[in-house]
Amino acid sequence: MPLPVLAAAAGGAREVILHLAAVDYVILGLYFLFVISIGWVLRKYLKTSTDFFESGRSLPAWVCALGFIGANLGAQEVIGMAASGAKYGIATSHFYWVGAIPAMVFVGVFMMPFYYGSKARSVPEYLKLRFDEKTRIFNALSFAVMTVFSSGISMHALALLLNSILHVDYNLCILVSSLIVLIYIVTGGLTSAIYNEVLQFFLIVLGLLPLVLLGLKDIGGWSGLMHQLQGYSAAQGMPGAWSHSWAYMGNEKSNPMGIEWFGLVMGLGFVLSFGYWCTDFLVVQRAMAAKDMSAARRTPILAAVPKMLFPALVILPGMLAVALLQRGGHGFSLPPAADGTPNYNMVVPAMLSQYFPNGMLGVGLTALMASFMSGMAGNVTAFNTVWTYDLYQGHLNPAASDAHLVTVGRITTVVGLLISVACAYAARQYNNIMDMLQLVFGFVNAPLFAIFLLGMFWRRATGHGAFFGLLLGTLSAMLFHGLSIPVGETAWIKGGWIAPHWVFHSSMAQNFWMAIFAFSGCFLGTALISLATAPNKTDDQLRGLVYSLTEKIRDHDTPWYGRPAVLGVVVLAGAVALNIIFW
Amino acid sequence: MHLDVRIPMGLLFLLLGIILVIYGFTSDPAIYQQHSLGQNVNLVWGSVFAVFGAFLLVLSRRRRT
Repeated sequence: MPLPVLAAAAGGAREVILHLAAVDYVILGLYFLFVISIGWVLRKYLKTSTDFFESGRSLPAWVCALGFIGANLGAQEVIGMAASGAKYGIATSHFYWVGAIPAMVFVGVFMMPFYYGSKARSVPEYLKLRFDEKTRIFNALSFAVMTVFSSGISMHALALLLNSILHVDYNLCILVSSLIVLIYIVTGGLTSAIYNEVLQFFLIVLGLLPLVLLGLKDIGGWSGLMHQLQGYSAAQGMPGAWSHSWAYMGNEKSNPMGIEWFGLVMGLGFVLSFGYWCTDFLVVQRAMAAKDMSAARRTPILAAVPKMLFPALVILPGMLAVALLQRGGHGFSLPPAADGTPNYNMVVPAMLSQYFPNGMLGVGLTALMASFMSGMAGNVTAFNTVWTYDLYQGHLNPAASDAHLVTVGRITTVVGLLISVACAYAARQYNNIMDMLQLVFGFVNAPLFAIFLLGMFWRRATGHGAFFGLLLGTLSAMLFHGLSIPVGETAWIKGGWIAPHWVFHSSMAQNFWMAIFAFSGCFLGTALISLATAPNKTDDQLRGLVYSLTEKIRDHDTPWYGRPAVLGVVVLAGAVALNIIFW
Repeated sequence: MHLDVRIPMGLLFLLLGIILVIYGFTSDPAIYQQHSLGQNVNLVWGSVFAVFGAFLLVLSRRRRT
């Protein structure tokens, strides 16, 4: 969609440059020093493979919860959600209050008992215990490839950004960021990654909060922001759409996301959100590092509390940027993107340069770096665990000693980062290949939640059912993609390569509906094939893995306010309240 | 027994806070007019950092004793 107003306003400035002073470098350097020291101090506590890959299952719930949310608070979140805040306004909060909180509560209350209680060390390993080896391998392989690729993308985005705003050499950025992550993971393992995620969480929150406060003050508070957004959304032909989350979701033409409420709730709120928060080992691994079952269950629920409030931190900057541009004057501008529209990915850097003097500028930049590094480290720790436990110990060397596994984990960290670096350079060279890979991961991931749902809550689901159901779901996703296309796009990587049969208002809508389609295909496929095949596990083998065969957890020894179910209800009520307040 | 994560975190925020406060006192006030709407954010937010860092350190000591 063309944005003539902003394009004109942004015409003046070509790029955002941050001018650092000595104090900013000192702050950045101090952060790097602490990040590395944490790994160094932790190395002496690291003795077994359980310490390296699972933090010895010893961490308190609040540390795991902040790690859980910190690993998710990557650059994609900080940079991308600000961009979405500019493009879609308050409706971006659907990614939080609909697309995250319910799933986070669900995984804590209902699924963690099986992940943590089964003593599986990874999500693929759970699939092996519940279903069979081929389902595990399929999940482990696709997950391993996806994590190194994501970590590479994070690295590439960081280097590209620093190159643009600080004029630092691209290669140097890649080298320094990967070396730092390498050092703190190789020395301290998962504990080091989680501790750093906790640190990164606070740095990002405290580093970006004053940015939002200054922006709000500048625009004249909340009412000033709403006033400018009214003017802006009217100019876009969708009056009011930027300042409401639900009011304009009735049909896809009245909101800038180009999606209607059903596709949003089912596609994002159910399939994609539950698929990510409940099955992605990157986040689940943090909860599995908790010291006991109760802490593991509380991890995602406690993490949902800050997650619920993040829109104020990451979406608001984007809305402020649009409002500031709409108001004009005062020098705030965004550089234009390739197509001439404002480059919304530069919202956070542009606001840093506008509102932070040297000193706080260093803090803001450090927060940005922290978000990139937590994204990278999260992927790398999940990768080394899945590779070492599920692929190396599972197949290549089942008799490996514990000490040997730790060594393999360290080597895997190095190799994983090297592959990530290769991915970063590939992303720099060939943009299309990266889009393509992302698309393939979309096909594989969309149906995933169906087999976990059936696996955990239906004892009759079989190994063949899960594996072939997963293939069917992936196939359904591909088929749907080949038959659908976002309006105004040419058929190929955006879809429609079989025949552009269904036209969607936005690629987001197409993506949400693809997820619904893939999930349904996988769900039906798994159910039918399971009924047609003989169960491959006895009830005894499924104890602790399936709801009906597992003894219910009684939380009598926990005070009522600490019980996962109670906390979950409180968190859900909070999310409902936020949806209503910003309706 | 693991390292208490509040110790490195508290130290880092305390140090960052002190640096920001010192810089807030010594820097040219003009930069605050130019950037942060006349507010000395380094001084204000540096104090927030320092207090938060000290708070974390106090918490970690309490737990140990």
